Parts: sequence; C-alpha cells; structure tokens
Amino acid sequence: MRIGVFICHCGSNIAGTVDVRAVAQAAKGFADVVYASDTMYACSEPGQEGIIQAVREHNLDGVVVASCTPRMHEPTFRRTVERAGLNRYCFEMANIREHVSWIGKDTERNTIKATELVRMAVEKLRRNRPLTPKRFDVTKRVLVVGGGVAGIQAALDCAEGGQEVVLVEREQSIGGKMAKLDKTFPTIDCSSCVLGPKMVDVAQHPKITLHTMAEVESVSGYVGNFQVTIRKKARFVDWEKCTGCGLCMEKCPSRKAPDPFNEYLCTAPTINIPFPQAIPKKAAINPETCIMKQKGKCGLCAKICPVKCIDFDQQDELVTVDVGAIVVATGYDLFDWHKYPQYGQGRYPDVITSLQYERLLSASGPTGGHIKRPSDGKEPKTVVFIQCVGSRDRSVDRPYCSGFCCMYTAKQAILTKDHIPDSQSYVFYMDIRSPGKAYDEFTRRAMEEYGAQYVRGRVAMIYPKGDQLIVRGADTLAGTQVEVAADLVVLAVGVEAARGAAVLGEKLRVVPDQYGFFVESHPKLRPVETNTAGVFLAGACQGPKDIPASVAQGSAAAAKVLALLVKDQLESDPQVSRVTPARCVGCGKCVQTCPFGAIKLVEDRFGNPKAEVVETVCQGCGICTVTCPQGAIQLEHFTDNQILAEVQALCPPRIRVNYAS
Amino acid sequence: MPKVAYYPGCSGQGTSLEYERSTRAVCQAVGLELVDVPDWSCCGSSPAHMVNHVLSAALSARNLDLAHSLGMEVVATPCPSCLTNLRNAAVEMEDEGFRSKVNALLDRPYTGAVDPQSVLQVLVEQVGVDEVARRVTKPLTGLRVACYYGCIMNRPPERMRFDDHENPMAMDRLMEAIGLEVAPFPLKVECCGASFGVPRGDIVMRLSGKLLDAARGLGVDAMVTACPLCQMNLDLRQRQINAALHERFRIPVFYYTQLLGLALDVPRQELGLDRLCVDPRLALGKIKAPAPVQ
Repeated sequence: MRIGVFICHCGSNIAGTVDVRAVAQAAKGFADVVYASDTMYACSEPGQEGIIQAVREHNLDGVVVASCTPRMHEPTFRRTVERAGLNRYCFEMANIREHVSWIGKDTERNTIKATELVRMAVEKLRRNRPLTPKRFDVTKRVLVVGGGVAGIQAALDCAEGGQEVVLVEREQSIGGKMAKLDKTFPTIDCSSCVLGPKMVDVAQHPKITLHTMAEVESVSGYVGNFQVTIRKKARFVDWEKCTGCGLCMEKCPSRKAPDPFNEYLCTAPTINIPFPQAIPKKAAINPETCIMKQKGKCGLCAKICPVKCIDFDQQDELVTVDVGAIVVATGYDLFDWHKYPQYGQGRYPDVITSLQYERLLSASGPTGGHIKRPSDGKEPKTVVFIQCVGSRDRSVDRPYCSGFCCMYTAKQAILTKDHIPDSQSYVFYMDIRSPGKAYDEFTRRAMEEYGAQYVRGRVAMIYPKGDQLIVRGADTLAGTQVEVAADLVVLAVGVEAARGAAVLGEKLRVVPDQYGFFVESHPKLRPVETNTAGVFLAGACQGPKDIPASVAQGSAAAAKVLALLVKDQLESDPQVSRVTPARCVGCGKCVQTCPFGAIKLVEDRFGNPKAEVVETVCQGCGICTVTCPQGAIQLEHFTDNQILAEVQALCPPRIRVNYAS
Repeated sequence: MPKVAYYPGCSGQGTSLEYERSTRAVCQAVGLELVDVPDWSCCGSSPAHMVNHVLSAALSARNLDLAHSLGMEVVATPCPSCLTNLRNAAVEMEDEGFRSKVNALLDRPYTGAVDPQSVLQVLVEQVGVDEVARRVTKPLTGLRVACYYGCIMNRPPERMRFDDHENPMAMDRLMEAIGLEVAPFPLKVECCGASFGVPRGDIVMRLSGKLLDAARGLGVDAMVTACPLCQMNLDLRQRQINAALHERFRIPVFYYTQLLGLALDVPRQELGLDRLCVDPRLALGKIKAPAPVQ
C-alpha cells in the first residue's frame, strides 16, 4: 500500500500545542507511508485540493488525515479521497485536536501522543479494504411525533412537499401548549386565532393521517425503512361517527373529571371535547370518572347521542405504519414549582402558574376571560409575578434559562392592565432576557406604558394575611427588603423535558441530555438532526424554545425530511457484519444477541445451519462479533485484525531474550 | 420505655423555669425517661460562638462527652439554641482537623457520636403522636392556637434534619392530638428578633409584633412555642410591643409542654402557668369540659 499522511494545523488549534511538522516527519518513517506533510486547514478547499494532488502525484492508495473529530469531517475527507479516485474506506482519521491539543498543554508530550495516534491510524489503514455500499428503497412517508405547533408545522410542510405524513399526538386534540395560551408576545395576537387555522389544515390535508390519544409503542428499522407501532388509546367513542355536536357533554351527569386542558383550574364533564377549536373535534370518555365504566350503569350519553357513537367496550388499538423518516416534536412540560417550599407548596389557592393564568385570561377558559382568583372568585387588583421559578437555579437542578418566561410575564402584565385598568402588577425578576426581534421594546412597554413595577430580586416567602398574600422579597437594586400585599401571585414556571421523553428517546435511539432534552447532532451546524439517521428534532423537545423558534425548527426538520425522502433509494452503510461460512458452526448465538434482528440462520448446500447478515438491517454495532465463539463473524472496517493492529501500534510487543536462564 | 440523655440548658434555670419543669413532668407522663447529663455546663451559645467557634464547640463537646459517658446515643434538649450548638459541634467534629483543635481544649477528648435532638423530636419520633393522644385524660377542646417553631429549630435543614424547614408540622400534630384546634400559622419559622431585645429593641418590636399580628389575624386564643427566647420576646415583651406599635395584643404564649401537661393532667404546680406574663386564664377558660363518659 502507498499511504499519504496529512497533519492539520487547524490554525493554532492543533499547531499551538503540537509540533505538527515533527509529527509529519515521524510519519514518513511508518510502514507503507510514502508521503507525509502538514497543512494549515486540511478541510479547506486548498487543503482538500492538496490531498487530491498528492494522491495523484505520489500514486497513493490510502490517506490518513490527523486533525479533528471524525464526527464532523470524516464524511468531508471521504468525499475528498473519492474525488481523488480512491475508495472512500481507504481513508483513516486521527483525532489530534479533541484528543490531544485541546486537552494538554505540554507540546513535547502532545507531539508524542499525536505521533502515536497517527501510527495507529496508519496501521489500521494498511488493513482496510475497499467497501461498496448497497442500495435500498426508501419508504416515502414521515412520522411526526407530537402535535404542538412545532409538530404541526413540520407535518404541514412535509405534506405540502408531497410526502405522506402520520401525525401522532398523546392528548385528545392537537395544538399543544400554544392552544392553551390566550395571547402571544410581542404582538398580542390571539393564540388560537393564529394556531386554529393551522390545526384545521392538519385535519383537512389529504396527505396527513392524524392519530390523537395515541402514543408510539415501538420502533424498529433504520433510516428510510422504519416500522412504527402506534397505540391508539380507547376513547369509548367511535370517532368515525362522532360529529362533535357536544350534546353528550351537556347531559353527562359526572362532571368532576380532571381538566388538564384548563390546567386543573376547573373540572370537566366525563365525556368531553377539551376546547371549542379542538382538532379532531370528537368527544372522549374518561374511564376513571365515568359512572358507566365504574359502576356499570348510567349510559346517558349513549342514549342521547344522535349518531349512536358511544362504545363502552372499546379497547386500545395498535396500528403499524412504515415510514422513511421520523420527526420528534414532543415539546416540554412545566417545572413542578412545589419543589420550592417558600411558595407555599399548594397551601394557598391564589398562588398559580403562568399557564393557569393564561387559562384565566382566555375567553374560552374557565372564567370566560375574566380574571377571577381561584379562592373566592374576586377580581385581583394587585398581581405579583415571580420569574425564574425553576429556571437558572442550581438548587433545584435547573441551571438553564427557560428563555421565554421574561417575555410571557411582560405580556401577562400588559394583559392584566388591559383586563383590569385599576390594577397594579409587580414583577420580581433576576435579569430581563429579551433578545428576540421586537422583544426588548415589548418588555419596556410593559414597564413604561402599562406601569408594571419591576423589582430586581428573588422572593423569599409568600404568606397569607387576611384575604391577601404577602410576597416578601429582596430589591437588590435598592438594597432593601420589599413586601407586596398581593391578591394573586403568578409563578413564571420554567421549562422541563416532557414527561415520557426518556422512554420515547430510548425507542427512537435519540439521546437525552442530563436534563432530558434530546441532543441534536451538532449544536450549531446540525440543529435538527440526531445521531440516529432519519430521526429529526423540532421544537422544545431539544431545549426551551418560544413559538417562532419552534415553528422555524418545525420547518427546518421538514426540509431535512423532504431532502431525504426525495431520493428513491439510499445507500446502506457497508460497515456491517460479515459471516465467514467456513468458520460458522451455526450455534445461533449471534441471532439471539442482535438487537436489530439483522441475523438469520440459513442452511448451506450441505444442510448445515449458518448465520447470515441482512446487510440493510445491520447497524454495525459489533455485538455479534464479540458473541461469536468461533470468531466467524467480523465487522467490516473494524475487524479484529484491524483493532489489534492499532493496539500493537500503540503498545509494540517487546521481544525479550533472557540469556541467563 | 424510651430513654435519652437530657441536657436542660441555662435558660431552664432562670427565665424558662416553667418550660424546664413542664418538660420533665410531661416526659414522665408519656413514659419517656430523661437521664440528666451529670455536671453539665454551658453549650457555648451566643457569647462563645460569636467570638471563637473552637471554644464554642469545645463547650458543647464537653457536654456531649458527658452524655456519651452515660452510654446514650441521643441527648435531648428543650432549648433550640442549645440544640443548634450541640448539633453544630457534633457535625463539625466529624472533620478530623476541627476535631483535634477542639479536643486540644478538653481534658478528655470527645470520641463519641451522640446525636443531639430537641425534646419535641424525641416526643414525636420515639414516643409518637398516637401514644401521646392515647394518654390524654383532659383534652383541650375549644381552644384555638397557633404553633410557632422559631427560626432555628429546623434550620439549616441539611444540618437539623427534622421536619419541613419552611412548614414544620410536628408541634401542630402534637397539639391536635391533645384536642386543640391548630390554625395554619404561616409565620411558623420567622424570626422573633431573638437576642436583639437588648441592643436593638426596635427590631424585636417589629418582628415579634408581626408574629402577634399574624396570630391575631387567624383568630387564635393563644400561641404555642418551643423556644425560651421566642417565648420571652412574645410574652414578656408583649406590653413593650403594644406600647411601641400602638397595639392591644393580649395573646397568651404557652410552651407546648405546658399545654401537653394540662391535657395529660400533670399536677398544676409542675406547669408554672402563673409565670406567664400575659394572663392565660381567659384563654384557658374556653376549654370545654369533656363530655361525661357514659
């Protein structure tokens, strides 16, 4: 083999603490290396051209680049060697940036380590062989998980792009958190007026199949060929027939069902449509509070229903769909503020969350859009808003900023003044974070035009006095303690990963970060991709996001899906397991351990059982290779011999001759 | 029968004699044996720990060592201030360096691991609220009270490790067990002004006045405390508070052991009700005689 080695400076990123020339010089002495040099930026256009030129001039048939992590630029350099006429697997990368220059300051020792990593890469490359990917058909359908505004946007964009869409939503209606909001910042436009038409579009689009009250049960397959099982929960109403007339809701005698849509401020009828703009506008029965389901008699809804759609015996239903791509848009949940003992832990009914306040403001909410406090229904004249409840606080393991609370608190302060002109709002804040377009002007308006009193400091305690709540906090600008007698306290609760996100992440092989938000493939350059090919992220499941950002990500994920599904065929990764039939004894251990079901037992022409790998299903994880007692199954591009060669390059065997014995 | 070492503390010898005597009487009545720490001395409270932490800890450690010599694992004290000092010394001496500094001051190095607890904690955890309720002979029905725990009995929470530090309920449960109606007092763990009574009386007037005001707002007949200093600020200084704030508070302030004693029918002379400054007779008159047993 004729190998060329290229050591990248990465500006001063590597050259600052690694003597790249010395590494290149040392590489010239390695076996099969016929050319070695250093280069300023290997990934830049002149850098890549330099590699191509060297391949041609020195008749190379293998290339090692020592630079950054292969995560980012392995695909780049594989394309480079391909352009130079080599097979893309005749290339190896040594990571001397993340693994060397960024983590050590000692140039001499860094240089030694970098040299050894290059030696390992050369030894592996000497045993590489050209691999050719197989091609397979792509299923032209996309699954969108989560019907909030990000999921709705992704679904609509994919459908408009001509792809079939399956949208799965856990709740009874799509719309997510945005459907619960009254108005949106910074324009104070009605949330349901802007979201409603999009929800209707979802319902009416011929390319979109909607499953609500449904969850993803299991996922198998790989990019282009996922098989997804969806559990549609029993709703005890035949939605094919239900017209959404609402007669059953009026007559239902059990009216104490919890009302999650109204954030538990009130109760709902047991057979219910959560809100007037619900999509689909179909009723569902809560079996926990249904008299018929609990005690076996009643059935009033069944008698009254004009289309006879009530079905008390309905069961959960499993639906299986084949899709080529998946968009995860599962959104967020609110921080549980009861973790803070100083806010009363629920002892005071007039301490509510910001989302509950949205329901009080909303015309379709439990108070018909009149602000009435929960305890006695009185109109509050003094409202205190407390920001950063569960944000930027290490004591409750929520060190991150939830991003949009400053904005919605300003909006709620403005709306409070609009609803009750003789009211006074106080906002306890840490910092005002309003970096969006027209955002800072908006928070200023809350202060200057609407007279909200902003107090910079944390609240130490809330306690009742008479029918008011005393909010005691610090004013860190004035350096004093302040006490405000409030009629209503609104907690600007922060953002948490959605409940169930971890379970879903496991099914989709999408990794959550330490707070449960899904991790994108690259924080800047691949913001909607995940490390599982074909699975994309949109909205707040990836991190706290407001509506514009969620919508933008929904569209971005859709663009990625469309770019994927426009292809009729995809190339499979040839880094898969391969069986050497002569060695295989047909024990079947690999079949049992393979997590993807990619290995099956076949008979050879003598009738002996032999393992066989289904190349398009194999994910190249390597579990089978370590399971095989015969060493008959090897992972292409990572064979035992290649890995051992790397180890030996790092720790060369010493021949010890002991003449004394 | 549960048995613990007992550290009375200095205020029990003077300002809170009635707390000390009623504590002993109540513990006897519920079957909790208190074994006095022999030759006990100062816990190292305010004067010492303001000046020198090692000295303060050494004073506490001496008493812990004496409790240890009794073979006890728990030493109970009625006074939250003593509790804080004993607990701080016990916890901080887990550090080897600090321990050797403290032991250098002591004739006999402290090697034990005695756990200081409040008498309230021992009553709730070792005797139990149900057991106290079972022994009640004269339930105090008809009286509405606010339980005030003071600022240090439950704080800092990671060190005191007893009850909720923002909304403790141990005393509330005990008081309910003897038939009292307990109001949800929101300022349970607020500061009364503590020892500022001497240098800055105005602070105590303001802070303790706020507590009395909140209690009055709840329509209670009396307040219940577990701390000699709190009791003194609220009871002894109530007239000063009235004068300073132009108020007319007349809220008797009991030690919780005094009310427990009444319900357990402990001899009256052990309870020292006559030592309270705000006359408790009006409040006690509201107690309904129990319905005759059929």
